[in-house]
Amino acid sequence: MQFFFEVLIGGLLSGVMYSFVALGFVLIYKASGVFNFAQGAMVFAAALTFVGFQELGVPFWLALLIAFGVMVVLGILTERIVLRPLVNQPPITLFMATIGLTYVIEGLAQGAWGANVRGLELGIQDEPIEWLMETANISVSKFDLFGAGVAALLVTLLALFFQYTRIGRALRAVADDHQAALSIGIPLQQIWRIVWAVAGFVALVAGLIWGARNGVSFSLTFTALKALPVLILGGFTSIPGAIVGGLIIGSTEKLAEVYLGEYVGGGIDSWFPYVMALAFLLVRPEGLFGEKHIDRV
Amino acid sequence: MFYREAGQFKTTYLADQQIFPITQDRIGVLLILAVAFVAVPMLFNEYWIKAILIPFLIFSLAALGLNILTGYAGQLSLGSAAFMAVGAFASYNFMLRVDGMPILIAFVCGGLSAAVVGIAFGLPSLRIKGFYLAVATLAAQFFIVWALTKFGWFSNYSSSGVITAQEMQIFGYKFVTAESKYLLVLSIVVLLALAAKNMVRSSIGRAWMAVRDMDVAAEVIGIRIMHTKLLAFAVSSFYCGVAGALYAYAYIGTVEPEGFNLDLSFKILFMIIIGGVGSIVGAFLGAAFIVLLPIALDVMVQEWLHGIFPPSISSNLQLVVFGGLIIFFLIVEPHGLARLWQIGKQKLRLWPFPH
Repeated sequence: MQFFFEVLIGGLLSGVMYSFVALGFVLIYKASGVFNFAQGAMVFAAALTFVGFQELGVPFWLALLIAFGVMVVLGILTERIVLRPLVNQPPITLFMATIGLTYVIEGLAQGAWGANVRGLELGIQDEPIEWLMETANISVSKFDLFGAGVAALLVTLLALFFQYTRIGRALRAVADDHQAALSIGIPLQQIWRIVWAVAGFVALVAGLIWGARNGVSFSLTFTALKALPVLILGGFTSIPGAIVGGLIIGSTEKLAEVYLGEYVGGGIDSWFPYVMALAFLLVRPEGLFGEKHIDRV
Repeated sequence: MFYREAGQFKTTYLADQQIFPITQDRIGVLLILAVAFVAVPMLFNEYWIKAILIPFLIFSLAALGLNILTGYAGQLSLGSAAFMAVGAFASYNFMLRVDGMPILIAFVCGGLSAAVVGIAFGLPSLRIKGFYLAVATLAAQFFIVWALTKFGWFSNYSSSGVITAQEMQIFGYKFVTAESKYLLVLSIVVLLALAAKNMVRSSIGRAWMAVRDMDVAAEVIGIRIMHTKLLAFAVSSFYCGVAGALYAYAYIGTVEPEGFNLDLSFKILFMIIIGGVGSIVGAFLGAAFIVLLPIALDVMVQEWLHGIFPPSISSNLQLVVFGGLIIFFLIVEPHGLARLWQIGKQKLRLWPFPH
């Protein structure tokens, strides 16, 4: 039973990491209806920029600021160069454009910083918490807990931002209906720029946490693939959905790997989240918290 | 002046309903076929046929399959490479385990296996739509590649999951040279493309397009949604499966499941987006573009940038240019090369007069 809890908690905490990436997807999808496949590449680029500047001797906070600045510029350029000319195109075209964007970002980031695997140090040790170890004999990594804390903070901030600020209200209006938002004078393009910048910030946080965990390498781009099942489970348009979906996917993935994996030869975590999300969708086609789609003729 | 249908009167329904109702189109298609079957094997050298033309034809076939599903039936799929893998591995196993299996029948069986798998993974499409479905098809992509790697039976227990395609032989004739392989692939692709062209202009194709444009409305006018969607998945997977079998047998020779990864699926999707969604010609144009672009970039980097940048930079530069060109194309012509083709034809009808 102890082992079960240990796996469960480990899974939940790694699920939080998936939620980070899924959050970026949700933000952009909500505000502009674009399924942004480049989110994984953005995570990679953000982490690489941060580490790259740190290696040049730039202090932590400044590097963080610069990386954030780079992500904002990237977001603005994306809006200007890619999205604006593609307004009113079918969603699949926009989706393909973001795949093209993925190649561009990956190429630029690797061209600028090289393709070596780098370590990223946030100053938090990846070791079990002693107190939990002694009282309940469950090993929970400090680092994972830190990641979960950051996620909670980030989600709270985003929720407050969306709920109580002027920009947040405008964002929600745009998400609801582009044309209606435009007609009451909300500047659509500015909103998109802000959304891409926020998504860039989320990507940066995700990149730091993931990078500190697994090292900053090209494999960071695959985090996007980890986030997709989370996304369809939670619903494309829901921030709480991204978190809950991440928790569900993370925990079941780990439990399945431990308890089911041995029967089929292991390595099932590449597809298990997808199949689970798929099974889930059969019951609720719009995900856990997604907007219910009503078909009209 | 030359491309004009004026004066071509149709007096029977049969004449009105033929595939290419305009005489010039018929002549054009026959010319292209003649060039492809006769002139190309004589004029092009082995490198061109082996490294460019054969993959171009195979990817055209796969793009055709995906175009039936995504372009005509409107079901976005990101798992086409996995269905290619099913086709390749199924053909291999049919050849391996059935004595005296003719290669063409093995290809068909490979395609049919892919169709069955396609139907299974198409079932969610009855409830899920749009991007949810696209992500759901990723389940097929990852699961199939994992299963082919994990269960040794599929690859006849080879140590790394790699299969080596058997020799292709029809009635004692061995397909060894590049030219013969090319002709075989070309014949299969032409046959299947013809079948696809006929399918999409028959009642099946119209049902697909009705479902694509609005499935609720299609249901209301009496189209069986389940039947139509699953048929699209089956036909599409069949095409992808045959393409996969050809990929293994006529192009690469030895394939591993990992070769049919998500990148390949995206590549095929790029082909239909750039070529033109919902167009048979588009599949070919898109395949040509996506097959030729990396080669052209490669050559350019070698020629112009040789020695200026270290190889690591130039490979990244290639990535950037590839992605940038795709974005550029989507912005300039979101309806794909097929639309350009159509515009060109329209212009040609009036030429040399302004109106």
